[in-house]
Amino acid sequence: MSHSSDPVSPEGNESPAATSDTESKDGAVIILFFIIGLAASMVVGWVVFPTLLYSKKYQPVSFNHTLHVKEVENGCQSCHFLRKDGTFSGIPTLNSCKSCHESVQGETEEEARFVSQYVDRNREVPWLIYSRQPDCVFFSHAAHIVTAKMDCVTCHGHIGESDRSPVYEVNRITGYSRNIWGKSIAGIKHNSWDRMKMDDCSACHVRENVRQTSVQTEKGGCFVCHK
Amino acid sequence: MKHVDSKAKKYGMVIDLDKCTGCGTCMVACMAENNVPFKKDETDKRLSITWMRVFKLTNGKPYPDNEICYLPRPCQHCEGQHTGHSPCVSVCPATATDYDSETGIVSQIYTRCFGCRYCMGACPYHARYFNWWDPVWPGEMEKYLNPDVSPRMRGVVEKCSFCYHRAQLAMEKAHVEGRKELKEKEYQTACTQACPAGAIVFGDLNNPEHEVHQVAQPDPHHHGRPKNPNAFRLLERLGTNTKVYYLSSREWVRRAGDNYLDSEGSASHE
Repeated sequence: MSHSSDPVSPEGNESPAATSDTESKDGAVIILFFIIGLAASMVVGWVVFPTLLYSKKYQPVSFNHTLHVKEVENGCQSCHFLRKDGTFSGIPTLNSCKSCHESVQGETEEEARFVSQYVDRNREVPWLIYSRQPDCVFFSHAAHIVTAKMDCVTCHGHIGESDRSPVYEVNRITGYSRNIWGKSIAGIKHNSWDRMKMDDCSACHVRENVRQTSVQTEKGGCFVCHK
Repeated sequence: MKHVDSKAKKYGMVIDLDKCTGCGTCMVACMAENNVPFKKDETDKRLSITWMRVFKLTNGKPYPDNEICYLPRPCQHCEGQHTGHSPCVSVCPATATDYDSETGIVSQIYTRCFGCRYCMGACPYHARYFNWWDPVWPGEMEKYLNPDVSPRMRGVVEKCSFCYHRAQLAMEKAHVEGRKELKEKEYQTACTQACPAGAIVFGDLNNPEHEVHQVAQPDPHHHGRPKNPNAFRLLERLGTNTKVYYLSSREWVRRAGDNYLDSEGSASHE
């Protein structure tokens, strides 16, 4: 015990100052790496991930809504109509198309292809449905069009004024169309037709006081939209 | 938060046990209608899923006094002592099961359920079932599934919905015809329509024009307890206030419905 040297050496007195110097340099490097890392994750999260998440599909035939709306008499209802039993016809079957397209009418390549591949062979067109909801959802067009007197644009946007079919983007994980989540990956909504999620349905149902009959939540009853 | 357009309904059922022959058609109709999954080996009934299930009751006496009675049991859609205080709804931590104050139907949302099975423990009628496996339909049978009912996945609880999808479809027709109310025969459950003996009656218990109301005669001052002396509800004294009424002319059947012990008095409604 008596042989032990003084534990505090002159060098030891200098070292704290030296380490604080290197620490502040280390700190700057850490912050720099943090910022680079954050920026990189933002790019991955907001740009790379959404591109990877959705795969692009094209409709079997590009459909020109503008052209057809001019030709028909009754607007959207000419092809997408409510049946007498209250169900909705959705996308028309080949039979509706055939009434005009028995043979080629115009000069477009798409129409020629449609006639030769589907009409002549009597094959239904496997249209991709942008607004297809999950299995557990019940949606009544009759309730919205007839009783609530809503127009098509409120939910479907200006699809009736398009001259070609938009790209159908399918979520690789869920298999649902991107029209359900919306184009904005952050879920930002500018128009009523930007998204078709449950929150969008329920927001309107709360506003319009539609069957707010759930005992648990005092909001919309579950079996109004679920099946 | 009351809906102003229409009067609150209370959909319910009356099952006449004197007419029921125990044939099981209601069970088959229910499974086909509601895409209820089944397994290759259904010998272990604890693992079977049967939204509608026919039980066999016996008076326990030896021959020649032995009597049996068949009792079909769907979900009882309990209202509880105040609106929606059903055993299952009050315990669900996920809001996956809910009580609709306009229809009186206890809903189950499969995509919301995370499979804790608290509701199964709470249900006094064993009306709830758990999917231990993903459903597998043999061969081409998947093409015969009902598109109006969503199929369930592994890990969720399911139960009878009083075929609510049929009400949704009937409402679509009503919308097109400019009506706000359904007619009595427009919305009927699959089991009701399938029963060859006509033992099941379905309708709105609040509507005096509907047959269910006329047969069961629910007493609004006593939580819907039936005034018909032959009518009873399962486990009446628990206060679950169910919407499925049973009819029987036999005293022992009515007593069995409330699970009375030999030493106890007569059934509660008498």
